[in-house]
Amino acid sequence: MSSMQISMTVNGNEVASDIEPRVLLVHYIREVLGLTGTHWGCDTTNCGTCVVLMDGQPVKSCTVLAAMAAGHDIRTVEGLATAGTLDPVQQGFMEEHGLQCGFCTPGMMLTARALLDKNPHPDDTEIRKAISGQICRCTGYATIVRSVQWAAAHPAGAAADVAAPDEVIEGTDTAVPDVADTEVKA
Amino acid sequence: MTVIHDRPGNPAAGDADRPIGYGRIQRKEDPRFVRGKGHYVDDIVLPGMLHGAILRAPVAHARLVSIDTTNALAHPKVLAVITGKDLLALNLAWAPTLSADVQAVLVTDKVRFQGQEVAFVVAENRYAARDALELIDVEYDLLPPVIDARKALDPDAPLIRDDLEGRTDNRIFDWEMGDEAETEAVFAAADVVVAQEVVYPRVHPAPMETCGAVADFDAVSGKLTLYETTQAPHAHRTLFAIVAGIPEHKIRIVSPDIGGGFGNKVGIYPGYILAVVGSIVTGKPVKWVEDRSENLMSTSFARDYIMQGEIAATKDGKILALRTSVLADHGAFNATAQPTKNPAGFFSIFTGSYDLKAAFCKVRGVYTNKAPGGVAYACSFRVTEAVYLVERMVDILARKLDMDPAELRLKNFIRPEQFPYANKTGWVYDSGNYEEAMRLSMKMAGYEELRREQAEKRERGELMGIGVAFFTEVVGAGPRKHFDIVGLGMADGAELRVHPTGKAVVRLSVQSQGQGHETTFAQIVAEELGIPPENIDVVHGDTDQTPFGLGTYGSRSTPVSGGAVALVARKVREKAKLIAAAMLETRPEDLEWEKGRWFVKGDPGAGKTIEEIAMAAHGTMTLPEGIDGNLDAEVTYDPPNLTFPFGAYICVVDIDAGTGHVKVRRFIAVDDCGTRINPMIIEGQVHGGLTDGVGMALMEIIEFDEAGNCLGGSFMDYLIPTAMEVPDWETGFTVTPSPHHPIGAKGIGESATVGSPPAIVNAIVDALAPFGVVHMDMPCTPARVWEAMQGRPRPPI
Repeated sequence: MSSMQISMTVNGNEVASDIEPRVLLVHYIREVLGLTGTHWGCDTTNCGTCVVLMDGQPVKSCTVLAAMAAGHDIRTVEGLATAGTLDPVQQGFMEEHGLQCGFCTPGMMLTARALLDKNPHPDDTEIRKAISGQICRCTGYATIVRSVQWAAAHPAGAAADVAAPDEVIEGTDTAVPDVADTEVKA
Repeated sequence: MTVIHDRPGNPAAGDADRPIGYGRIQRKEDPRFVRGKGHYVDDIVLPGMLHGAILRAPVAHARLVSIDTTNALAHPKVLAVITGKDLLALNLAWAPTLSADVQAVLVTDKVRFQGQEVAFVVAENRYAARDALELIDVEYDLLPPVIDARKALDPDAPLIRDDLEGRTDNRIFDWEMGDEAETEAVFAAADVVVAQEVVYPRVHPAPMETCGAVADFDAVSGKLTLYETTQAPHAHRTLFAIVAGIPEHKIRIVSPDIGGGFGNKVGIYPGYILAVVGSIVTGKPVKWVEDRSENLMSTSFARDYIMQGEIAATKDGKILALRTSVLADHGAFNATAQPTKNPAGFFSIFTGSYDLKAAFCKVRGVYTNKAPGGVAYACSFRVTEAVYLVERMVDILARKLDMDPAELRLKNFIRPEQFPYANKTGWVYDSGNYEEAMRLSMKMAGYEELRREQAEKRERGELMGIGVAFFTEVVGAGPRKHFDIVGLGMADGAELRVHPTGKAVVRLSVQSQGQGHETTFAQIVAEELGIPPENIDVVHGDTDQTPFGLGTYGSRSTPVSGGAVALVARKVREKAKLIAAAMLETRPEDLEWEKGRWFVKGDPGAGKTIEEIAMAAHGTMTLPEGIDGNLDAEVTYDPPNLTFPFGAYICVVDIDAGTGHVKVRRFIAVDDCGTRINPMIIEGQVHGGLTDGVGMALMEIIEFDEAGNCLGGSFMDYLIPTAMEVPDWETGFTVTPSPHHPIGAKGIGESATVGSPPAIVNAIVDALAPFGVVHMDMPCTPARVWEAMQGRPRPPI
């Protein structure tokens, strides 16, 4: 199958690749860019474990072709923390036990980030509505709602109120591997 | 709303009361997961790795006439296409199941369920592998399928398992527990007898991460490394040694981060074996990751019990006896995961929380043209079915007697002083204070007020229901003389190493799938040794690195492995005592323990911390007789009994009289799992299980049409609750420790999945009482509730 040249911004980095037109964004992110925080949980666009932000909007990356994302700004879970500081949403999920197996977590957090960017003080129903396109099998959602509320109540994030997490993010965490001219095996 | 459950302060924020052992602490797992740095099977990339995909049968029952793989093999990116015939040559076409049956790895003779594995393609990437599936031509000769379990034993029913020698019908087993004659006598003399068919429909655990594997066979060393979504890595290693004929020391199973298991990832699926075969055939690592439809259609389903229940009582509400006859649909291969001697799992706990005079159950398992499974989805080995049956029957009895369902339960509970309590089917319940939990739940709910509100609403024609369920769980299998899985006794090992600087590593035989073991098992060691949990690493899931044990399912981690970890920590503590005595130049019997430190009785200033002792144990001092250095230990824990957590649940529903739509307005869950290691994690476990209950009660079902087509094979049809369908949970607890457990802790993970469906259905039936409804089967979808309101409730199958 013939390939095409695409480029996009992922977590602030320009990436460019030759890919098949049919490659799904979720597979592009996971397999070409090596950013495996974005997950794949269904084949019918119901579960939302693949949610990333495209130009700030949550999208299910299993239902977007990588080619359609060309020229757009993509943000994945790996790009949530900045300069070693966790996004308040990440901290909130840890504070309020908003995750267990961790599989839905990246998508949930990105949706929460998009919601808070638009609506810094959502009520519980607004949070539930925002994440209603996403399934979690472990938490029963209540602690996810609390996690997002924690983030809303701590917009400055972790540093002010909470001891630093025990793991320091290296700068490489947000960097994207050089994939220019990578041939996608698809 | 009353919320009695207390959420203590946040230790990470520097609260002064930060626990060293038990208590609410943040999870050690979270930092990697919130950064997208978890490591799940599909994240694994090995040099030269290839991708496998499975061709699946489009029909439920058919002779395999021919497979033509020519075009698939001609695909430029395809390296191998494996069929049943290839596996027959390797003696791998059939694999033993966890129930002493066999399961086809790839179809050799005929297809027995839709979605069954027919061929395996290995290609350079996952897209090419899928492309090649389309290039395989298979010819089938259709056979009539057996779909309705009730018809599986009809004389003219097609024989599904003609592969089994001497098999003439679709019967798998007949099994019974209790005293039939004694039960009959009690029923014959009872004032009141109520009978009801109660169906627990087929559902699916549907973990967010599907099943998958990466097999890496090294032809030079002969070593197989298999990364798998498995809840029981050690048991898999042994089974792979048996199935594949690879010596067990040459097999390393690695269960990395698992995106939820819920019992779905206990057994060995054909895909795992095929990945191994693919790796052996191609000489490269092979990854196989199923999609959601494959997961729902071919991996372990749950439930599918058709139960004829009968309950006997006196007219003033003393419950005397329970009796049930169950028809169990096991699908085409009996791959049910449970201890060998328990073909119906622990269903015999169906006597529930009540002091009965007699009980009897019989279970008949049959084959049908459906996917195998049965025990999964937080069922604790069929306890979901048992609790659902008894809690529906008690509610139906309450209606018959015109008694309040909570009052009827309170009247019949096993009393605290009766524990340990031997029930009529052979279980010895360890401990319980049922009335205390029930009263707390009623207080949190404002039960009397709710009943008043319901009466007012009924006057106005509004449909409000209050459901009560009280359950006794049985978790922590179990004593090895009674419980084994394919011959492996259900004990669990633990190893603990304290490093010279006082940091520690504890190795488990169990495998978390989100339950927080890396945190809670560190807390157990912290509680026993006084080493802060952040200084303790928990290692699990790698059979080369961890002691043997049976894995995580049936809420057995805390009861069995938790016991092992407490005991191994105590072993280290005792060793530390001897070393401390030498350091302090005193006798061990003169020492006393406070958390983290041995000190001289009567002289609290003279003591040695566990860190100081650890350094000494690795140092140059002369150690006491019999101590050869280091501060390590290992144990295997064979539990004396299972643990019996319990809970009192109350659910409030509102039903739209126009549409039959059920809204769960409130859910109050009081759980008692004995000693609580981490209340935050317990609360999360309960929330998740309650959501399972809402799913099963209102929307989840795997149905089949007459041709055997699976109708629940994707998330378009297999509906799972989102944040919109569940309420803000109200949780509470009591603490009744398990007397036989080293730290008094009982399992909890499956309690809410077990206890919540009957509470919700009881609430729905209660709401529908004005329509004369005494029972309706799950799932209570708007259409099915509407039918019940019209006087036409129907079983789901």
